[in-house]
Amino acid sequence: MDMKVAKKKLGLKEKYRLMTRDLGWEPSYRTKDEVFPYVKYEGIKVHDWDKWEDPFRLTMDAYWKYQAEKERKFYAIIDAHAQNNGHLNITDGRYLSALKVFLQAISPGEYAAHKGFSRVGREFPGVGTQVACQMQAIDEIRHAQTQIHALSNYNKYYNGFHAFADARDRMWYNTVARSFFDDAMSAGPFEFMIAIGFSFEYVLTNLLFVPFMSGAAYNGDMATVTFGFSAQSDEARHMTLGLECIKFMLEQDPDNLPIVQGWLDKWFWRGFRVLGLVSTMMDYMLPKRVMSWREAWEIYGVENGGALFKDLARYGIRPPKGWDDAEKSIDHMSHQFMLGLYQWSFGTSLHSWIPSDEDMDWLSAKYPTTFDKYYRPRWDHIRKLAAEGKQFKNFGLAKLCQTCQLPVVFTEPDDPTMSCHRETSYKGEKYHFCSDGCQHVFENEPEKYVQAWLPMPALFREFEGDVGAWMDWVSLRDGQDNGDYVGSIDQRNFEQWRGLATSNT
Amino acid sequence: MQIDLRTVSIQPLRNTFDHLARRFGDKPASRYQEGSYDIQAAENLHYKPTWDPDQDLYDTKITKIVMKDWYALKDPRQFYYSTYTLARARQQDTTEANFAFVESRGLADMLPPALRDTALNVLVPLRHAAWGANQNNTLICGYGYGAVFTQPCIYHAMDNLGIAQYLSRLGLLLGDTEALDAGKAAWLDDPVWQALRRYVEDTLVLRDPFEAFVAQNVALDGLLYPLVYGRIVDDFLSAQGASAVAMLTQFMTDWFDETKKWVDAVLKVAAAESDDNRAVLQDWIAAWSARAASALLPVAEIALGANADAAVGEELAGFRARIQKTGITI
Ligand SMILES: [Fe+2]
Ligand SMILES: [Fe+2]
Ligand SMILES: [Zn+2]
Repeated sequence: MDMKVAKKKLGLKEKYRLMTRDLGWEPSYRTKDEVFPYVKYEGIKVHDWDKWEDPFRLTMDAYWKYQAEKERKFYAIIDAHAQNNGHLNITDGRYLSALKVFLQAISPGEYAAHKGFSRVGREFPGVGTQVACQMQAIDEIRHAQTQIHALSNYNKYYNGFHAFADARDRMWYNTVARSFFDDAMSAGPFEFMIAIGFSFEYVLTNLLFVPFMSGAAYNGDMATVTFGFSAQSDEARHMTLGLECIKFMLEQDPDNLPIVQGWLDKWFWRGFRVLGLVSTMMDYMLPKRVMSWREAWEIYGVENGGALFKDLARYGIRPPKGWDDAEKSIDHMSHQFMLGLYQWSFGTSLHSWIPSDEDMDWLSAKYPTTFDKYYRPRWDHIRKLAAEGKQFKNFGLAKLCQTCQLPVVFTEPDDPTMSCHRETSYKGEKYHFCSDGCQHVFENEPEKYVQAWLPMPALFREFEGDVGAWMDWVSLRDGQDNGDYVGSIDQRNFEQWRGLATSNT
Repeated sequence: MQIDLRTVSIQPLRNTFDHLARRFGDKPASRYQEGSYDIQAAENLHYKPTWDPDQDLYDTKITKIVMKDWYALKDPRQFYYSTYTLARARQQDTTEANFAFVESRGLADMLPPALRDTALNVLVPLRHAAWGANQNNTLICGYGYGAVFTQPCIYHAMDNLGIAQYLSRLGLLLGDTEALDAGKAAWLDDPVWQALRRYVEDTLVLRDPFEAFVAQNVALDGLLYPLVYGRIVDDFLSAQGASAVAMLTQFMTDWFDETKKWVDAVLKVAAAESDDNRAVLQDWIAAWSARAASALLPVAEIALGANADAAVGEELAGFRARIQKTGITI
């Protein structure tokens, strides 16, 4: 027998098929319903999992090789950053607030994404889909870990980072991000993919990561730049996965369209509310600003999002329902958020501050139709109080939105002088919302959202309004982690260590 | 103004994060600790899963194993993403070199046909078993509790996939696409493989993450790897001049030696936690390993013929001795 028969030349696609989907088989000792119990209840119809187009073709040997290369570089840089006191390179200690938000709210989200993708990486009956989801699952734990490792050195020198794990589960503003990821993970596998894989990774990720990473670069934070840069090629894979997923659902059956559209409406609005934190970071927390939130929205929201939804129109998809309300809030949200953070800053594990004259001039140039008219006067008032030695504090209980969990601090989309407040009754209980978008989300699944853990009522139930006891419980150290940046320990240390004046350079 | 930041000598305010100081004392934490302990949400979970409203989003009650602290199940390798990936990248280099060596010297073509067929018949269907292992470890990672227990499972799942892919490449190298087709047909229909396939399918319906861990990582792989890669490939085939095959499966041999340290450590801590845990583990391991041994017998016969029975018996005895060291007697 002649063994020297030439091997068949396999194309890349065929070879990848043999390395992945050919591994699976139709079970016969058990039913498919037993093996994949969660794939039907959402009502998404899939007729042929083989129609799934692999968004990228990466075998494990190549994955290990590329990723190890990136890991080596990443840890070499953050080791050097820690050894050389790289934290003193940042423009100003105010910048640290952006990092504190990131570690408390976003890194736990990376971990949640890791768990969620592990689950869907098991629950989908198509091998190609499973493998792509599993790779994202392992990437996402990478992101959680590289972020914690990069920010670990900041924790050694500054306040507000030390209790991120406690704050993740207990701190009022972190429940915004936490409830977002809990919401996605408690949904079925298909909705999870639309929530995180598509809406978050594809539609919103640029609005989150690009501003954060360029903000870090502008403000001398090499550690953050490095983890952002290192995650970029992972994110590119995640984006193609998200896009493939939505197209696959839409192509499999026309009945899927209304379900998918409903999820898009929901998750766009849920995600947009989470991004409120980013708007504040961009407009207020960066000592050296990259661009305004409005400008970022124009590029990554209007242009990129617009092109995407034009592309999806051929499947019958229309832009998400809340899109117009989102647009109307762009020139207001960062100001409303920062004013909220400032008045409740006694209860935040990060510092906020009153913008300087220079800051305010920048804000009025970037928001010519809104800042001087609605927000400068409020900051002026707060500043006057501060000059008299009275920090503006609001110890009142903020009403929280039952859906997005933000305090109800927004205004009517068509009337910025009116605060926006919606409510609905369900089974004899009253529920409050920050917007029509959040009310709709609730009304579509009231049984889910009545379960939400709302931090403010809990504060009263469990601590009877004892703020000190509550601070202990969230591991917030009064006088260290919270309050105005001006006069804070962070400010004193940073300035002393840096030996530089903090004029706004 | 230029400042040389290295010359600034400053005192850190603290050594580590609060949750790590509570666990390990007020001292600098390792990267494994920072990247693993308490990073899963633990309190104030917002909604019940719509896919099973009887569960919590992260739920310790979906398994029969009870731990006071799930973070006690430490991985002795202390793998976090970086150390895991670097370790596998190195092994991948070696495997690549081994494949290149076998290919460039035409060693595959020099294999005696009977041995080559034996290698293909035993190894190629196992790519499907490895895919089953991937499914189980992905499930344990997804639904298990606490990153210290679950993160090694996603690494393990990706390893299972990598092994399935190396077996596919081995099949292509020794027998082209026909070998993969034949292997799959055998997995699906050949009586030799049906007990094993039934075993794998029965594990795929487990929803107790710890039982899946036992059925897959302890029982099945604890017998399959030493039997197939040790006894059949490294000993039997190599002795007859097919050491090229052993070069192609070196990854699996090394991998089993490394990962069993983790598997044993998990068993040991879980069993030491309580008599109830030990009893549950004992039952699970006894039942699943007995099934695994009988499912592997016809597979061993492909290579070892009449000696298979004794070989499986010896492996089972070795397995029992190994498990005994974790404090569990079967
Ligand atoms: Fe990520
Ligand atoms: Fe991602
Ligand atoms: Zn809301």
